[in-house]
Amino acid sequence: MATMVEAPSPGTDLRGRRRRPLALRNTAAGWSFILPNFVGFALITMVPVGYLFYLAFTNLNVFGNGTWVGTKNFTRLWHDSSFWESFWHTFYFSAVHIPLTLVVSLGLAVLLNRKLKGIAFFRTAAFFPYITSIVALCAVWNILLSPDSGPVNAVLRAIGVDNPPGWTVSADWSMPAVILVATWRWMGYYMLLFLAGLQTIPPHLYEAATVDGANAWHRFWHVTIPGLRHTTFFVLVIMTINSFKVFDIILLMTNGGPGTSTEVLSQYIWRKSFGEGFEFGYSSAISVVLFGICFLLTIVQYLLNRRGES
Amino acid sequence: MSTTLLSPGRPAGTTLPRPADEPRPGLPVRRFLRYAALAVAAAALLLPFYWMVVSSVKRDSEVFTVPVQWWPESFHWSNYVDIFTESNLTTWIGNTLFLSVVVTFLQVLTGSFAAYGFAKVRFPGRDVLFLAYVATIAVPWQSYMIPQYVLFSKVHLTDTLWSIVLLQAFGAFGVFLMKQFYETIPEELSEAARLDGLSEYGIWARVMLPLSKPAIASLTLLTFVNTWNDYLGPLLYLRQRDLWTIQIGLQTFISDPNTAERWALIMTGSVLSVLPIAVIFLAGQRFFIEGIANTGLKG
Repeated sequence: MATMVEAPSPGTDLRGRRRRPLALRNTAAGWSFILPNFVGFALITMVPVGYLFYLAFTNLNVFGNGTWVGTKNFTRLWHDSSFWESFWHTFYFSAVHIPLTLVVSLGLAVLLNRKLKGIAFFRTAAFFPYITSIVALCAVWNILLSPDSGPVNAVLRAIGVDNPPGWTVSADWSMPAVILVATWRWMGYYMLLFLAGLQTIPPHLYEAATVDGANAWHRFWHVTIPGLRHTTFFVLVIMTINSFKVFDIILLMTNGGPGTSTEVLSQYIWRKSFGEGFEFGYSSAISVVLFGICFLLTIVQYLLNRRGES
Repeated sequence: MSTTLLSPGRPAGTTLPRPADEPRPGLPVRRFLRYAALAVAAAALLLPFYWMVVSSVKRDSEVFTVPVQWWPESFHWSNYVDIFTESNLTTWIGNTLFLSVVVTFLQVLTGSFAAYGFAKVRFPGRDVLFLAYVATIAVPWQSYMIPQYVLFSKVHLTDTLWSIVLLQAFGAFGVFLMKQFYETIPEELSEAARLDGLSEYGIWARVMLPLSKPAIASLTLLTFVNTWNDYLGPLLYLRQRDLWTIQIGLQTFISDPNTAERWALIMTGSVLSVLPIAVIFLAGQRFFIEGIANTGLKG
């Protein structure tokens, strides 16, 4: 077929005359396209990821000696109560943030997936927190949530809450405060993914369900939810990773405090490397744990999704 | 795995707003309730921004008051001049602008180039290579920031603006977004161009690039915004004061004991750090939404 197409056209006389030169040329062309990006990608991402698994077994620190210490870092990790604390804080954050954000963003998407005047404005409003700088947002939220004279507690007092929470200055409320702001920031983004998913559900399914006498709630459970399977899987994967790696919002709102009540894994990595100890080997071992959690959860979700499909 | 992960939505190029649910318009009462619910939600979403703007023209002492001042007593527009004299805002904006422009240029160029290789050229090993790109979705930067920093310091790249350029410019995101778009362009088009004697590079430059303007717009805007807003990268790599970006500068201004009580001024700086992004977002909203909806990711 190749010769048939190419025979009459001049200027392509070399192309496709034999199989192997074509494959070779394609390989050369393909690589030449990919290479400029791939060199950067390999050096900036792949090499450091590989290096992580070496560094985690060394004692590299600020003095520069990075000798192989075997599994010493991991043994130390196992007995490090600060590590376990940050480990559980990360799970605490995720266990609340993931379901909450899932429900809110799906709810918003369903609410905004209709023809109403001014709906574009609401979508913009929901999406806006996601594209604005986290530094500015945390500065505002820290003022808003200030326990004594912040507007949020002023409103709470006005509606009859006598002892409003201390938010970021209270060890019990600091995590909920961070989760609240994180959900507020991210829900517009996931809403957008759900909105895109909702567009792919054929409208005739809703019409058929309505004809069959299904009310709005039934339509939601039996048409919308199954129709969003793929989107939900994708959103969950991204949400899980984003949630387990949570860092900047905590750094800026509470810096892990008060005490260590909001210190998560990323923050502990940071503290052990740049915050106090400059223990790059040890913090690499913590990084391996973070890496492992994210990778494992992605694989599990992928397998569950595939099993659900068959 | 690649297809399940990367196709959350619909084919590229379709516009988002289309009602799927609710074939009939609701009753007036229901419609009113719906708007009321939306209005409450929008107010909750936008309240922090309202507070930011209102506080930015207050006096420092008026930001925290009991009872809360929802509207400033008098407008201190002078805050918007003072912030430039009391901080190095001009330097920070200059650095951030430089980074955002260079990173965006490199990401669009190398991303669209690589995407053409992945989408339109067939060669052995291509899909394995692409899988390596996809796999990085599951690897948070926080888990390899330490080895990356150690490697950067070995080649003396830390504490330079180029470290941030390298960090941001070669992300997998641009490749995903452009590949997704190129795959919607019919194969016949490049086949016809090949018959006309165009090389693969010629096809990329003269057929694909002109056709992919919307995707390039998405990638440009998202990369620009992402680089502008990046806090962790500059926090790790940029120590010298004259290299600081707006995010680092602003955060230092917030936490510096000398200026930590300048609440109104902090809000002024916050507004100024958000303003360019807000303008870009409102002007190119369609491209933002399509870019994210088509790949399901951001840089």
